[in-house]
Amino acid sequence: MTIAPAVQPGCHREIITLDRVSFSYGAKPVLTDLSFSVKERDFIGLIGPNGAGKSTLLRLIVGLLKPDSGRIELFGAPADQFKDRHLIGYVPQRSQFNPLFPATVREVVLSGLFGRRKLFRRVTREDQHRCDDALRTMQIEDLADKRIGALSGGQQQRVFLARALISNPKLLILDEPLTGIDAETQMNFFHLIRHMHQKHDITFLMVSHDMDMVRSYLGEEPKERTGKLSFYVRHSHDLEDCAETDLLHTLRKEG
Amino acid sequence: MDLLTAEFFQRALIGGALIAVTAPLMGLFLVLRRLAMIGDTLSHVSIAGVALGFLVGVYPVAVGLVFAIAAAFGIEKLRRTYRTYAELSIAIIMSGGIALASILFTLGMSFNLNVNSYLFGSIYTLDGVDLIVIAAVTAVVLAVVLLHRKELFLLSFDEDAAAVNGLPVRYFNSMISILTALVISAAIKIVGALLVSALLTIPAACSLALSRSFRQAVVIVVAIGEAAVVAGLWIAGVWNLAPGGTVVLLLIAMLIVSLTLRTRMTRV
Repeated sequence: MTIAPAVQPGCHREIITLDRVSFSYGAKPVLTDLSFSVKERDFIGLIGPNGAGKSTLLRLIVGLLKPDSGRIELFGAPADQFKDRHLIGYVPQRSQFNPLFPATVREVVLSGLFGRRKLFRRVTREDQHRCDDALRTMQIEDLADKRIGALSGGQQQRVFLARALISNPKLLILDEPLTGIDAETQMNFFHLIRHMHQKHDITFLMVSHDMDMVRSYLGEEPKERTGKLSFYVRHSHDLEDCAETDLLHTLRKEG
Repeated sequence: MDLLTAEFFQRALIGGALIAVTAPLMGLFLVLRRLAMIGDTLSHVSIAGVALGFLVGVYPVAVGLVFAIAAAFGIEKLRRTYRTYAELSIAIIMSGGIALASILFTLGMSFNLNVNSYLFGSIYTLDGVDLIVIAAVTAVVLAVVLLHRKELFLLSFDEDAAAVNGLPVRYFNSMISILTALVISAAIKIVGALLVSALLTIPAACSLALSRSFRQAVVIVVAIGEAAVVAGLWIAGVWNLAPGGTVVLLLIAMLIVSLTLRTRMTRV
């Protein structure tokens, strides 16, 4: 899928649309009448204090929660009817899994491909190559055959990032992806997503606490504030797209 | 006495070998999803169905199966209501099953209900129909698990990720419930309702201690189940012990060995 680079940001289609979305846990309202849209190739940094509803918002967008009222659209389709799930990569704040779970890093990363599209298909050699790429991108290829529970928190986080990258998503939704990761990997990861944003057709929605990183790339002031949430936005429409469509080459060059 | 040529023992071995594939396999998925005790619950509800089957004169295993499936859906429904307290739903349905079973048993006293054979298993009384039922259940379970092994892995590892990837999580959860009910109903006559959950959970416990990957876990869980059932039946036959109990004690012995091996492995 190639979309002609637009001169005006308005030419890009909307990837995420929220229209007066409200959500509450029991009697406690978390989000009230929230409307915003994410356009193709936007990089949205979502900032807000604890309890402002950042993670809830992301969970609503990926369909893990249903809004009490309002409308959510993904790639122009109503979220509950959206079928091309492989276009979305999602890394939750903390992936909850049983630490004794018998799964290798490779098995977990490959599972990022197991969706609707793959329902009755085998894991192919190409899938394995993609897995190798994703592992290399996150610099965990030497951990491929380790048990996921035996890894440190930061290493596990990289595994989940690799799992989100393996399906070559068009939209990456990241909930504080750098929590518990060492500074060097943070830098690498930041380079990677910046390259992905600038040179590839990928849209980002990221919750972050790292204001330095957010400000340095997304600007000093948020584009929008609603309730306690601030949206920092940077749009990318560089004319030059990277020649390689495989996004996983990026860190090998830049990192 | 040559045990191997005795027809009842051959049937027992075949039935046992088949159920030793499916019960540990489903057990692995249940244990990984923290629903280890579901086997106990379903078997107790299933027993109520078996008792009812005797009372009204319908093939007891079939009635037990219907009860088990209903219970499985009940658990799944309650599990969604009390999301983080899966074990609560299990406890509720289990007490309901035992209560119903106890009432039906007392009603059936005058019919000379052979309850013991379903509580403790009576693998030597397997008949042709039982074997066909067990073989059919094994075929169905194996086919579904093979077809959906990728999805079952993701679902057990991270249900949220499965949902985000667009997998029909509800459909898969119902499917796991139905398969579990099938396996338990078929296994009851072999190891008995009281011991079914051992066949579901102990091989999984061994496998978790020994395996590094999911692929290994699946292979080991079936290997352990198979070894315990075949060896257990053999030992029970030779020394004239209760087959269900022998299999379970053998499983526990294997678990102890697995845990010892594990500490050895991690020390090195």
